[in-house]
Amino acid sequence: MPQVTYVEPDGQRVSLELDAGASVMRGAMDAGLSGIEAQCGGACACATCHCYVDAAWLDKLRAPSEDEQLMLQNVAAERRPTSRLSCQLTVTAELDGLTVQFPDRQS
Amino acid sequence: MSASAPILIVGAGQAGVQIAESLRQEGYGGELLLIGEELHPPYQRPPLSKKWLLEPGADHLLALRGPAALIRRKIELRLGQCVTAIDRSGGALQLAGGARLPYSKLALATGSMPRTLALPGAQLQGVFALRSITDSLQIGAAVRRCVAHNLPLVVIGGGFIGLEVAASARKLGAEVTVLEGLPRLMSRVTAPIVSEAFERVHRAHGVQLVFGAQVVELLGSDGSVQAVRCADGAQFAAGAVVVGIGVVPNDALAAAAGLSCDRGILVDDCARSSDPLIVAAGDCTARRLPDGRLLRLESVHNAIEQAQSAAAALMGRERPFRSTPWFWSDQYDVKLQMVGLSYGYDQVVTRGDLAAPAFSAFYFRAGQLLAVDSLSRIQDHMKAKRLLDAGVSPTPQQAADPNFDLQTLLQSAPGPTGGAA
Repeated sequence: MPQVTYVEPDGQRVSLELDAGASVMRGAMDAGLSGIEAQCGGACACATCHCYVDAAWLDKLRAPSEDEQLMLQNVAAERRPTSRLSCQLTVTAELDGLTVQFPDRQS
Repeated sequence: MSASAPILIVGAGQAGVQIAESLRQEGYGGELLLIGEELHPPYQRPPLSKKWLLEPGADHLLALRGPAALIRRKIELRLGQCVTAIDRSGGALQLAGGARLPYSKLALATGSMPRTLALPGAQLQGVFALRSITDSLQIGAAVRRCVAHNLPLVVIGGGFIGLEVAASARKLGAEVTVLEGLPRLMSRVTAPIVSEAFERVHRAHGVQLVFGAQVVELLGSDGSVQAVRCADGAQFAAGAVVVGIGVVPNDALAAAAGLSCDRGILVDDCARSSDPLIVAAGDCTARRLPDGRLLRLESVHNAIEQAQSAAAALMGRERPFRSTPWFWSDQYDVKLQMVGLSYGYDQVVTRGDLAAPAFSAFYFRAGQLLAVDSLSRIQDHMKAKRLLDAGVSPTPQQAADPNFDLQTLLQSAPGPTGGAA
């Protein structure tokens, strides 16, 4: 199973094995990680599952949809070139080793 | 009553889970029990009328948190347990079956239940309300039977649940009639211009909308529903009926224990009930506003926000409700996002394309922005949320001018008031 490493706002790293097809958000919520709220549960309606993707992985991800890009324009924490909504990132075998970091605030 | 007894949370839905999680974030190190009446582990309800109705899947895909999350936070989950009474003087809960659970402090997150039709025929087979996973699965199966037998689905109530079910049923191929008692859709929460847009969308997708419909009876044969009859004599054939006429807060447990209730457990801005040892959050509550009005919000955001306040209050800290309420609904390809409370508005201006529909309705009172409903206008919603959180209002002219960038108002304003959760 692909492994995703999450960095919580306090710097703690948590590596999880996720089912291919699951979202990066789902993995974090199931494990009860800090730094993510995911209020809308993956409907791309709230932008509270914002994460920073490790730059090395950025171009291996599917480009954000127009909806996601619009949501990202007004996330609560600083928006960076590596900002993505974790509910829109689907785990695949090619993403084995992906690292994402949660910001200090989501709302 | 014992200070070493656990904190008990009654209700394992969105609010209950959040209270438990926030208590740990607030530094509570004692024992923590989350007591749920349903047998399913804590799950999300919003998809039940949307994606889940179309494609039900494994339960864990709906989970609010996985088992690992509860273990990590040392939250003990007790499912299938019905709390029958709160013994406030003894500091304990009474459970069905006779068990007693002492508490040091108590949180109530008992949710709400669908309002029922008190009409002849309401108990017939094939008449549904939507609250639980089981309800959603049953409605999905009934809609598929309607499609297979070429029978229409009748939805009673043109609010969020009714319209989301109608949209999902159309996607599944069912013929759908929506009966609404008032002259327009979602009239309790939106301006006519938003109702009209959704009216066009539903009609374009082939839904029959009937306004001013006073349902008086459900007719059936062999115990199964076959038609809905209205006061004017109109009769609508039905293979199944979904009733979506609002919810009633589950405040009976609190009321029986003598807590102040008024169509919900009364709480202040910090989610405190009339008992200093008891807090409440989510659909089961009613909040007294400074102007004396009672506010009931039934939404994920409200459950989370009040739960965070409730957890802080249990730890003796004041964390008033602070971020602007928001809500969403998906119907066909239209993404509705609402932020703020439009109650008492005296002016509505729109930005965007009304016909698409891809526009936002900005609600003002005395020139001050109260709320914004965005239909497939994510950029407006996100900016409006930040404006309302920051207490910054555009003028109605600025809101209506598509060439005016609302972002410019944010750049001069302080950051959003909501802190990190």
